Amino acid sequence: MKNEFKIIADLLPFQSRVLDVGCGDGTLIEALIEQKDIDTRGIELEENKVKQCISKGLSVIQGNAETELGQFPDKAFDFVILSQTLQAFHQPENVLNQLLRIGKKVIISIPNFGYWQVRTSLLFFGKMPITKSLPDSWYDTPNLHMCSIKDFFHFCIKKKIKMDKIIGINNQKISSINRINLEMKNLLSEVGIFLIS
Amino acid sequence: MNYKIENIKQITITKPLKLDCGQTIKDFPIAYETYGKLNEKKNNAILIFHALSGDQFVAGTNPVTNKDGWWNTAVGAGKAVDTEKYFIICANVLGGCMGSFGPKNLNDADNEPYGLKFPVITIRDMVRAQESLLEHFNIKKLLSILGGSMGGMQLLQFCALYPDKAFSAVPIASTASHNAQQIALNELARQAIMADPLWNKGNYYKDKKTPKNGLAVARMAAHITYMSDKGLQERFGRKLQEKKDYEFTFDADFQIESYLRHQGNVFVDRFDANSYLYISRAMDYFDLSKQFKNGLVGAFQDHKTRFLIISFSSDWLYPTKNSKDIVIALNASGANVAFAEIKTDKGHDSFLVNEPEFLETLKGFLDSNFEVFKNEK
Repeated sequence: MKNEFKIIADLLPFQSRVLDVGCGDGTLIEALIEQKDIDTRGIELEENKVKQCISKGLSVIQGNAETELGQFPDKAFDFVILSQTLQAFHQPENVLNQLLRIGKKVIISIPNFGYWQVRTSLLFFGKMPITKSLPDSWYDTPNLHMCSIKDFFHFCIKKKIKMDKIIGINNQKISSINRINLEMKNLLSEVGIFLIS
Repeated sequence: MNYKIENIKQITITKPLKLDCGQTIKDFPIAYETYGKLNEKKNNAILIFHALSGDQFVAGTNPVTNKDGWWNTAVGAGKAVDTEKYFIICANVLGGCMGSFGPKNLNDADNEPYGLKFPVITIRDMVRAQESLLEHFNIKKLLSILGGSMGGMQLLQFCALYPDKAFSAVPIASTASHNAQQIALNELARQAIMADPLWNKGNYYKDKKTPKNGLAVARMAAHITYMSDKGLQERFGRKLQEKKDYEFTFDADFQIESYLRHQGNVFVDRFDANSYLYISRAMDYFDLSKQFKNGLVGAFQDHKTRFLIISFSSDWLYPTKNSKDIVIALNASGANVAFAEIKTDKGHDSFLVNEPEFLETLKGFLDSNFEVFKNEK
């Protein structure tokens, strides 16, 4: 399992109620059910991946998170997870507001555009960065709204979103991020995970 | 529609059933068929609800028509609904004409067929009548219930009435409430039947001259709604029926005409026109949301059943929107729900034909749920 998924699983208490938005083939959901007996639901856009989830017996609905989160009642879940997808929405702020409405807490991970490899790609080579967490070329990437850990940090402050925990991942190394080490971690983390409410 | 009684399994429902129309019926037959074996723990049973024109003969060869069972693509040894693994039950609906209590049964009062004296029934009446089968087989909880189209309506009604009797449920290409277009199409079919002079206000059983033409037209119209524009065009296009040019008559020049006439003709041999009226009426009256104070959400409140909702992209009779409304209500009530829209050109009929994406999804869902269900307690 991806390091990121391990960190997310660690953040979740046993037997909580979780929605995995953009759950893909259900790898994280399976892990959460198995490791922590978590009542997990998923929503996924791609028919093929939905089929894989259903075949594994996972409660996943085919749908577009951009437009279909409205069907869930307020605070329907203890946690809502959005793994590296926020940047692909047309209106990420609206989606984020929905996540915060339907979940008591939200775990959101972002591919960090402030990562040093991303910066050097543009700085030295003048080319759009291609890294492990940003694998697509500029012309076929689903990403519309890239941001850095620092951007998202300031966004949360501006929107008065409470940040309970921020974790940076660089290869296998994970570290806690706060106001003081933000500049450094923004440079060194490939992915940032925010626990917000 | 005449069958040998030895081909039909029946139970007699002795418990009085108060119908939604106010009348009470008792000591009436419900016909059913089973496939596969019920295991010792009785946790491998699946109840299938059939659609408007279906019957209890789901798989194998239908002993009455000598044709394939209506869901032979999905149900059988090694198939998506595997009869070597699961025990399948399907009952002919109340109001039907394959052995269950319906308008062609004799009325004890005058020893004549009921005809239009048969009470108007609802989907809820159908479901209540079938529930006795669980008692008959001594099954406390079904592994799953399945139903396409009107079968899906019965399934939703079953879940609402008996929240603890199904571990999982798969409504396919269905709806929780018949809409104006769906009612309109049923009304078209009923008017076609009633416009046939042989229908004779439902009183045609004696002379054996049944309103075949009216029923055939009803079936032809319905058949069009089961297919998609693209599906029809690809299969038939403007192809002519065994001829090189137009004949400048009203005979079936086009293949599609010939196909529809054939569908109409074979249908009248196995189906009772009055049953068609009654069953289609039951569909029109179906609106699950009306039965609960807070609408459809109330129908599933606190349910533990694991739902899989399936729709087909080219189904315009029971479009994805209808299925999504069910998904939304289930999500709003906190129920356990999966949903998939299968991309296909085969229209509403997709669930009856060989549609691999659909069959694989159904199989995966059933098999994975069986693993969980058999390990429960």
